This record gives sequence, C-alpha cells and structure tokens, in this order.
Amino acid sequence: MVKPNPFSAMFGRSPFQPLLAHIVKASECAEQLLPFFEASLTGDWEEAARIREEVTRLEHEADNLKTELRLNLPNTLFLPVSRSDLLDLITVQDKIANKVRDITGIMLGRKMQVPTELAQPMRDYMRTAVACVAQARQALEELEDLLESGFGRHVSDVMHNMIRELHILEQQADSQQVAIRRELFDLEDRLKPVDVVFLYKIIDWVGELSDRAERVGSRLQILTAR
Amino acid sequence: MSIIAQHGEVFIILACLFGFFMAWGVGANDVANAMGTSVGSKAITIKQAIIIAVIFEFLGAWLAGGEVTATIRGGIVDPDLLQADPQLLVYGMLSALLAAAIWLLIASAKGWPVSTTHSIVGAIVGFGAVGLGMEAVAWNRVGTIASSWVISPLLAGTIAFVLFKSVQYLIFEARDPYLAAKRTVPFYIFLVGFIISMVTLTKGLTHVGLNFSFGQSLMYSGLLGLGVMGIGIILENRVKIERRPDDQFGYNNVERVFGVLMIFTACAMAFAHGSNDVANAVGPLAAVISVVRSDGVIDASALVPWWVLVLGGLGIVAGLVTYGHKVIATVGTGITELTPSRGFAATLAAATTVVLASGTGLPISTTHTLVGAVLGVGLARGMAALNLRVIGTIVMSWLITLPAGAGLAIMFFFLFKAIFGG
Repeated sequence: MVKPNPFSAMFGRSPFQPLLAHIVKASECAEQLLPFFEASLTGDWEEAARIREEVTRLEHEADNLKTELRLNLPNTLFLPVSRSDLLDLITVQDKIANKVRDITGIMLGRKMQVPTELAQPMRDYMRTAVACVAQARQALEELEDLLESGFGRHVSDVMHNMIRELHILEQQADSQQVAIRRELFDLEDRLKPVDVVFLYKIIDWVGELSDRAERVGSRLQILTAR
Repeated sequence: MSIIAQHGEVFIILACLFGFFMAWGVGANDVANAMGTSVGSKAITIKQAIIIAVIFEFLGAWLAGGEVTATIRGGIVDPDLLQADPQLLVYGMLSALLAAAIWLLIASAKGWPVSTTHSIVGAIVGFGAVGLGMEAVAWNRVGTIASSWVISPLLAGTIAFVLFKSVQYLIFEARDPYLAAKRTVPFYIFLVGFIISMVTLTKGLTHVGLNFSFGQSLMYSGLLGLGVMGIGIILENRVKIERRPDDQFGYNNVERVFGVLMIFTACAMAFAHGSNDVANAVGPLAAVISVVRSDGVIDASALVPWWVLVLGGLGIVAGLVTYGHKVIATVGTGITELTPSRGFAATLAAATTVVLASGTGLPISTTHTLVGAVLGVGLARGMAALNLRVIGTIVMSWLITLPAGAGLAIMFFFLFKAIFGG
C-alpha cells in the first residue's frame, strides 16, 4: 500500500553523475589513441583493429550516457545551472569520442602509416591532444566539489585554473600542428598524393580533438559562471 | 440541550475514536515527510528516525499543540452562534473528523499528495458553511489560514535560503572547511534548541502548569539551547576525520559534522510537526468534549483538556509504530540527492516556520512547508536537481482536498443530524 511519495519525487536525479561518467568514457576513448598509433607504426593491424573495437565500444557507452542524460532532463527540473548550457556541454563532450572514432576508423581502414620522420612529432602531438582531454576531464571532476560547496569561490578558482591550463595545452597542440604540417610539406614529394591528403586530414582531426577538449573547458566555464 | 444530555457519552466516545483514528493517520502518513529529509540525507538511520519521531512528535503535540487545537476547535466555525443548538457543533466536528480521516485513507491508498491540515480545515469550513449557514464561518480567520498556506512555504524557503547561504559563506568558503564546520555547527545547534524552546515557552505551557514571563522564557530557552549545544559538541568530537584522496577540500568531513547537526534538526522537525498536526485530530475532539462537558454551554475560552493532546500524541505514535515506519523508509530511500548540510538548512527552516505557525495557532501543512524550504536551498544553488512538478501537485492537492473534505463533511453532518435528531 506504500505508494511513491510526491515529496520524495521532488528530489530529482542529479544530471551531473551521467555528465561526469560521460567525460570519463570520452577520455578513456581518447587514451586508446596512443597505443593505436604505436600499433599502426609497427604495422600490427590486428592489434590496431582490437584497439579500434575498444574505441567503438567506449564511444557507444558515451553515446548511451548522453542519451540517458538528455532523456532525464525534463524542463520541470530545477538545476543550479542553466539547462541549455548543460545540454551544450554534453554535446561538446560527445564530439570528443566521435572524433577519436573517426581518426582510428580512417587510419585502420586505409592502413595508414605515418612516415618515420614524422613519427616522433606526431606521437608528441597526439599526446598533447590526449592530455587536453584528460585535463578537461579533471576540470569537470571539480564539478562535484563545486556542487557540494554550493558553487563556492575556492572550488571555482581551482576549476578555472585548470581550464586555463587546458587552454595552454591547446595552444601547444596548435603550434605542434603547424610544425608537423611544415615537415609534411617537405616530405610531400616522395609520398603518395592520396596518402598525403589523408595525413593532412588526420593531423587536422587530432587538432580538432584538443580543440574540442578546450571547448569543453569553456563550456564548463560558462556553465559554472554566476 | 436534551440531545447533548441524552447522547453525551456516545458523542465523546465517537469523537475519541475518530480523533484517535485521525491521529493514527497523521502518524502513519504525514510523519514520513517530516522525517524524510533527515533519513534521506543519511544523517540518521530509519530506526533512529522512528525513535526521534515517537518522542518528539508526542512532546510537540503535548507541549505546543494547544494553540492550533484552539483554532481548529473554535476559530473556524464561530461557536458563539451555536448557543441555541450546541448539538450541531458536535455533529459538525464529528463529521469533519470522519470526513477528513476517510478522505485521507482514500487519498493515501491512491498515492495522492494530500495534506491532513487541508482536509480537516476544508471539512470544518464545509459543514459550517452548508450545515450552519455562511455566517457561522469566521471567514476572516479562514482567510488568514488560507494565506498562511501560501506564506508558510515562502517563509520556509526564505529561511532555508539564508541558512544555506550562511553555511556556504561560513563553512564551504573557509580555508579549512572542516575546522570551520566544527566551530560553526555548535552555534547552529544552539539556534535549533533556542528557537524551538522559545516559541514553545512563550506560547503556552500553561496547561502543564508552567507560566513564564518573556524574560524567563528567554533565559530558559538560552539555557536549553546551551544544553543541546553541549550535547552537540560531545557528539561532534566523536566524529572521526576521514581523509579521502579524492576529497581535496575535505567536504566529506564537513558533511559528517552536519550529520551530527541533523540529529537535532530532526528532533526539532518532529516536535514542530507534532505541535501543528496533532490539532487536526484533536481540535474537533476538544470541541465536542467541551460542549458535552459543559452540558451544552459553548465556551470557546475554556482550556483544551490536557489529556486530549496526550491522546492525539499517542495516536500519532500508534500510527508511526504500526504503519508509519514503512512510509518513512519509502520516503527516506526515495530522497537520495540530499546531503546533511542541505538537509539541515531545509529541515531547520521548515521546523522554525511550523513552530511559529503552531505558536500563532495557524494550522499549516508541514509537507508544503518542507517543499518550500527545499526549494529555498535549491535557489541558493544547493541542490543538484529538483523536480518542480511537485509545485503542481501541491496546487492540485489544494484544489481537490478542500472540496472533497468539505463535501464528505456535509454528507456526514446531515447523516448525524438524521441519526441523533436536532
């Protein structure tokens, strides 16, 4: 005879848990990029395919979390942040996982191998991109303390410092991208033209990865601003 | 006159039965919401909540339930107009009790969010307006009560907002939140003890033989506040610090300190609830008793017999022990996103508002007041997610409960009139 009670129904499910879980999935997804790249360098396509499957799985899980969050956000829900900012944030987060899937997909499909001269700078470049995503995740993890303190000043300072670091990382990725493009330009003549086109594409996409991570940071800043 | 003399005993027995049944309903259903925030924030266990509720609901009913009982008994329907036909007041009060109790039974079986207070007030206004005539209802008083239903959630929300802002400013923004919490929480505990005892002492302990001046009340409340503060400090020192790697600000420990505070606010809430809601059950009972005892002479100024409040308190406890514990468990487990610091702000704000209303004799809905308080914390950016649909259900409960209570009461009124004559 005990019925769901309208009083306890008032306490909605926090949308911030799925939001955090989502960025964790997205950053785990991005982390796969480094072993995938190593496998592609050695031409171990079996291993690369295995990692690519892992990426797809993580991307799916992230997608599910995104859908779940969107479905559990009726507009009768009263949140300490703007509802549309929250939805924007999850959209931007989701694009990180999507981009990782695109990069690994095309590299595996075309069995792309980066020329040996480019291997090291490319490795560093990818590391920066993955670090950007990890930094975005860390900044987002501050959200929990921010909520707990009722959007207190101290925690938001910590979070904003992290977002600033994220910005610096993204700039680093930008300059790495410029350097790699220049080196690739010097190598263009002895590579197959189609390969060159796709290499530029991959370079672009890895850049987009850190770009999106940074956008997560700025979205987060908007979300938590008073 | 003759009817009262003839059936006096029957009336009293019926009134006691209905009143006890109503009090049972309050204990079985209403108490759960009052304790829900405390159980939901995991500051106290369900077992502790029941023990606290049993003790403090009873104390609240007995010590501070007099004013609202007086309002229900003689403030809504003007008893002076019934000097000629005192039996009508008896029929009316009996039917109001029966109507409200039955309506609550139906509503809680269906899972509708209805308020005991609204049912009984609706029922009394209903039988008054239809059974006795429009002029028998003290519309001014009814207007005040109705506006208190709007004001009480707003007031609780405002207090909760200010309380939570103060917690944010004094504790969460501090350099060492844990130390700040340890320093500040005893003052909050003092506040809990002081407010509750102050309102209770100034508003009426005359029926238990205590009559204090304002200065005395102030002094005793201060002492009582200091007393509970002392207990609080002892309990607080038993809180052990847990360092978690993922908790760089130490908020986890802050919440543990607030957990101690929640024990006190839970007591305050149970007390407040008992003081306001017992009247719904025993107010009509008191009216019947005073009519019968004085052989038909209606004397609105006569004191509410003390044992009536005790009966109501026992009824609440009975409801709590037989059925209410299940509802507390359901409500408590339903509330997951509430931490002790939030629970404290909301519960204390609601308890303060309800006790104030009890002191001024206004019957208000504890649940609605709590909803207002929680929303106040939400407005201070304290809650992760609140479903505002609850506001809709509150408005619905007003729209449905008042006419339903009134309609049933009118029906029973004419039924009693037909049975006993008059």
